[in-house]
Order: sequence, then C-alpha cells, then structure tokens
Amino acid sequence: MKTKRKPKLAVWKFASCDGCQLSLLDCEDELLDVVGEIDIANFPEASRAVVKGPYDISLVEGSITTPKDAERIHKVRRASKVLITIGACATAGGIQALRNFQDVDQFISIVYASPDYISTLNKSTPISEHVKVDYELRGCPVNKYQLLEVISAFLNGRRPVTPSHSVCMECKQKGVVCVMVAHGTPCLGPVTHAGCGALCPSYARGCFGCFGPKETPNTHSLSEWWQEELGASKGDIIRAFRGITAYAEPFRKESEAYELQ
Amino acid sequence: MSKKKDASPQTVTLPSNDLSRLFQVLQSRGYTILGPTVRDGAIVYDELDSPDDLPRGWTDEQEKGRYRLKKSGYGTYFSFAVGPHSWKQYLYPPRVRLWQMHKNGTGFELNAQNGPLKKYAFLGVRSCELHAIEILDRVLLQNGFEDPTYKARRKEALIIVVQCTAPASTCFCASMQTGPKAERGFDLAMTEVADGERHYFVLQSGSDAGREIVQELACAAATAEEIAAAEQAVKAAAERMGRTLDTHGLQAALYANREHPHWREVGERCLNCTNCTQVCPTCFCTTVEDITDLTGATAERWRRWDSCFTMEFSYLHGGSVRSSAGARYRQWLTHKLASWVDQFGAFGCVGCGRCIAWCPVGIDITEEARIMCAETVNQ
Ligand code: SF4
Ligand code: SF4
Ligand code: SF4
Ligand code: SF4
Ligand code: SF4
Repeated sequence: MKTKRKPKLAVWKFASCDGCQLSLLDCEDELLDVVGEIDIANFPEASRAVVKGPYDISLVEGSITTPKDAERIHKVRRASKVLITIGACATAGGIQALRNFQDVDQFISIVYASPDYISTLNKSTPISEHVKVDYELRGCPVNKYQLLEVISAFLNGRRPVTPSHSVCMECKQKGVVCVMVAHGTPCLGPVTHAGCGALCPSYARGCFGCFGPKETPNTHSLSEWWQEELGASKGDIIRAFRGITAYAEPFRKESEAYELQ
Repeated sequence: MSKKKDASPQTVTLPSNDLSRLFQVLQSRGYTILGPTVRDGAIVYDELDSPDDLPRGWTDEQEKGRYRLKKSGYGTYFSFAVGPHSWKQYLYPPRVRLWQMHKNGTGFELNAQNGPLKKYAFLGVRSCELHAIEILDRVLLQNGFEDPTYKARRKEALIIVVQCTAPASTCFCASMQTGPKAERGFDLAMTEVADGERHYFVLQSGSDAGREIVQELACAAATAEEIAAAEQAVKAAAERMGRTLDTHGLQAALYANREHPHWREVGERCLNCTNCTQVCPTCFCTTVEDITDLTGATAERWRRWDSCFTMEFSYLHGGSVRSSAGARYRQWLTHKLASWVDQFGAFGCVGCGRCIAWCPVGIDITEEARIMCAETVNQ
C-alpha cells in the first residue's frame, strides 16, 4: 500500500464573529486524535502560522461584505480542492445581511465620522454567490458534531450525514414538548434545517431559524397560522424571518411579502 | 416462578392510597416503571419512582394544532388523554446503533452488541395504544421479517393498561374500534374510579405475570358495584369522544380519489415538518446512517426514525418520487387509511388524535379523509 500524504486543512475568515471557528476549536479533543493524520495549515483563531497551499479542505467562515474580500475568496477557491462553507454568514450572508434590506450609504453617513474611510459593499452575500462551494454546513454557530461529521466524511471519501429535513424531526426524536402546540410560542422549527438537535425548543424557546431554510420550506402556511392562531402581527412575522438567515431566499421572500402588505 | 392456580380473585380493588404498593411490587420484581408525568407543559412518558410522579390533578385540553395542560380540579391520577409521547419510543427507539466496526490490521472487527436492556413496565397504556402496539407487532414481528431490536424490547415489556376515562376532543378510537376499553393483550388492566368519597382502582389481570402481581398485592375482590362503576366510567368515555371517522368504504374511496384536487390544497397548508409521523404510535419508517470517526478506523451504522414527508424518503436516482407536498400528504393519509390494510390486514390508524393535536398548523386527518371521500373527483 502506498503511504498517504497528510491532508491539509485550512480555515478562512471573512465577515463573521469567529463563532464557527470557536466551534472548531471546541473539537480540540477529537482533532488532537488526528493531529498525526491531518495538517492544520491555516486557522486564524488557533495560530498565526500559515502553511502554503494548495489545501485539501478549506473551511470558510463569514460572508462577503467588502470589495477586497470579494477578490480574496477567489484566491481561496483556487488554492482549495474542497471548499466547505461553515455557518449562517458563509451560507446565507449572516446577521450582517440585514443591511441588504436598507440603504447602506445612509448608514455609513450616520455612523462614521469620516465616511470616506469606509470601503464596503451594499450587500452581505454568501460565499456561493461568488465561487463554487462543495458543501454548505448550516448554523449560527455550526454544531460541533456536524462539523466533525463533515470533516470526517471528506477525509474518508463518503457522504456527510447532515439531513435537510425540519428541526421538528430532531425535536420529536428527542422527546421535546412542542413549544408551538403546547405553549403557543411561535417557532420556526417546521421551516428550518435540522442539525442543532432542536436546541432552542429543548429550552422551551421557539426556534429562530439560525440554520436557515430546510428543504421544501412552507413559510407562507406557517406565517398564516401564526397570524390566525397565535396572534402574531405582520411586524412579528417580518422580525421572525428577518433574523440570522434573513437573506436566504425563502425567508427573504416571506419577510418581503409581509412588508409589501 | 410458580404456576400454582389458586382461588384468589382476579378482579380486585386497590384503594388509591395503596397505589404505591403496586409500584413497590413492580420494583421488587426488577421493573423500571415508565408512565405519564408532567413536564414542560404536557403529560409525557418517563421513568417513574412513585405515584408522586404521576400527573395527579392534571388534565389536558386538545384541539387541532393545540395542546394545553390544565388543572383538573380532581384528585385523580389518570384523567387525561394521550400526549405527545407514545410507547413506540421505548419499543422502537428513535435512534439505535445497529453495529460498529473497527479496523483490525487488514481486516475488521464487528460489534453488533448494544448495552443490556432494562426490564420495563409500561404503566398507563390506553386501549388505542395497546392496539398501536399490536399493529407494530404485525409490522415488525412477521414470520421471517422480525426486527430484533423491537422483538427484544417487546418481549420484556409488562403492559399495564389504565382504561381511558377522559378522551380528548381529538380522539376517535371508538370509530376505529380500538377503544376506549382494552379487552385483551395486557398483563394488567386498571380502571380508576372516583366515586364521591371513594377513590380506587379496579384491577384485572390478563396474563400469568399479571396474575402474580395481583396475588402479591393481596387486595380484596372487587364487588359487583365497584365493577359496575368501573364499566360505567369507560362507557361514558366512548360517548365523550371528540371526533369520528366513518371507515365504511374508506379504503376504496381513497384509492378512487388519488387525483382529487384537495390533495394539492392540503399540500399548500402542510409544512412537511414530519410531526404527524413522529408522534403517530404506528408509523414505523426508518432510515440508516453510516458514520466514521475522523481517522476512518471506526465505522457505525445507526437506524433512526424517518418520515414519508421528507424529500430523502422517496429519493431515487434523479430525484424524489414524491416531489409535491400534496403527493407526500397523500402518501401519509392513504398509507394510514388504505394501503396499510392491504399490507397488514388492518388500518394503520388507531384514532389516538396525536397527529391532529401535534400538527403545528392543525391539519386534521379525520377532516381531510372526510373531504377526500365525500365524492369521487379526479383531476
Ligand atoms: S417546538 Fe418547534 S421545532 Fe419542535 S416540534 Fe414544535 S414547531 Fe417543531
Ligand atoms: S433551534 Fe433553531 S435557532 Fe435554535 S439553534 Fe436550532 S436552528 Fe438555531
Ligand atoms: S394517524 Fe393520527 S390518529 Fe391515527 S394513530 Fe396515527 S397519530 Fe393517531
Ligand atoms: S405514513 Fe409514512 S411514515 Fe408512517 S408508516 Fe406510512 S410511509 Fe411510513
Ligand atoms: S400534516 Fe401537519 S404535522 Fe404532518 S407534515 Fe404536514 S404540517 Fe407537519
């Protein structure tokens, strides 16, 4: 058998809070086990050392918000065999994509003393709007076990197990009491991508959609129910869909539909 | 254990104050007791230590897409209908590891063992739930197609029915002929009677294991009046059932209406959230997931509950066979009320009403079936 070269893993940061990188740092026990098996070539939260590319796997955190980053992501893509985006910022534009619904120049003129120093784009956009993405991992932040699962899957040449059904399915399999049915609390679980293990409903909170839209999200039916049965106002619905994954298309369209009414 | 037949009575009366004795007898026989308890605003199933863990004084109010826990104003232990949990979660757990494999030199080492199983006593099984277990038996214990994880758990479980005296507005077991009274298939059946000053349980055994427990409890034989009061409490329940479903000709009508435009209309409301299939005590669909660790030295295969509402469920090369929400809803409803009969000789629905209450947008299987069968319309 020929000896395998150690795969090189790199982590890249764009506009983000570093939370997803911290989820990776939180995997230290598991990663230490494989230090002999993979080279961590670039990981800004862990070390400033940079190993030159090309990289076998690049994990990209953050969205594209500046002209410079819009360039830089292409370099990352060219240097990476497999590019995986991690988290809501990289896959949907993140909370900073709330700017996409407003006039950014106006913000800049109000907030900054010298607006000329600010070089920013009008929109915060997901990585997939700029380069080809091989795999998207959802969450704000990503779930530690899902992150390990995706890395293991790519290292072992198999398909990752990160199903795209609803949060409800995880919620029920965990035996959590539904907060919407039993407490009347609005919950985005039925339209949100699984992966967190129904974290918020486990603490009697409604899901606020941080994993973004699931497959076949029927946002319209859910908002109608909220309005008719849970007494939600149009503003409540706009705010619910305009959160961490506001710019993901099904959520964006739902909030915009209520804004137009 | 001794199989000595003696003349001790098989229908006895257990005063409510002595309920803890039943717990003690079960515990001394090595059972972990599972039953109803209040948690997070609902009556769920969990491990119970003593009668103090039971939902005494609590009841529920259920409607489509709505469940509310309420104070009942009575000191009864079992005055509620089924909640979000079912016994399926213990007999056929949501996630089971089927095997684990370790790399071993140039080969593999297989480990298909899971930890030892607990010996469970299910306390508070309703008639609809007992029928749901019988349906799962037909699906999972058919000759030649036995599911070992189900079989092992089913064999160990002691079933203690508590006859239903408080159906919800979402219940329709009387229509499905699965309740409210459980007639057989249990180890013990209890009926709670609160009759003015008196509060007691009428206990009836249905198996050798049940008879031994009744014997050990050494209660007085139930009087004719006590038995009549218990019968009456269950009978009254049948009349308070909130919903009905006319099963006459149902299967044929559903097949005839497979292209009914109403499927699409339900599809517009349905969230494809899978809640109905997860809470249903008879839905048995699963998928398998294969995972490895980072080094690739260990691989595991897990089985977990699936649902016909996901896209993956009907995924064949090129895409999902049931790509529209209406088609997925049709699969669920026609499986429960039509094709299940062809497969297993009975409906796949016991009328427990869980899918109605726990559907986040209140889609009601009885209402949809009624519309679908009102007349034959095909588009
Ligand atoms: S609490 Fe939310 S995620 Fe859980 S089942 Fe209810 S709607 Fe779905
Ligand atoms: S329940 Fe919803 S908001 Fe909470 S962590 Fe999960 S996906 Fe995010
Ligand atoms: S289909 Fe609905 S009412 Fe029928 S057994 Fe399943 S959950 Fe209960
Ligand atoms: S209704 Fe759907 S989930 Fe339930 S048993 Fe049938 S196919 Fe499976
Ligand atoms: S019928 Fe209700 S519970 Fe079932 S998938 Fe549709 S919305 Fe969810």
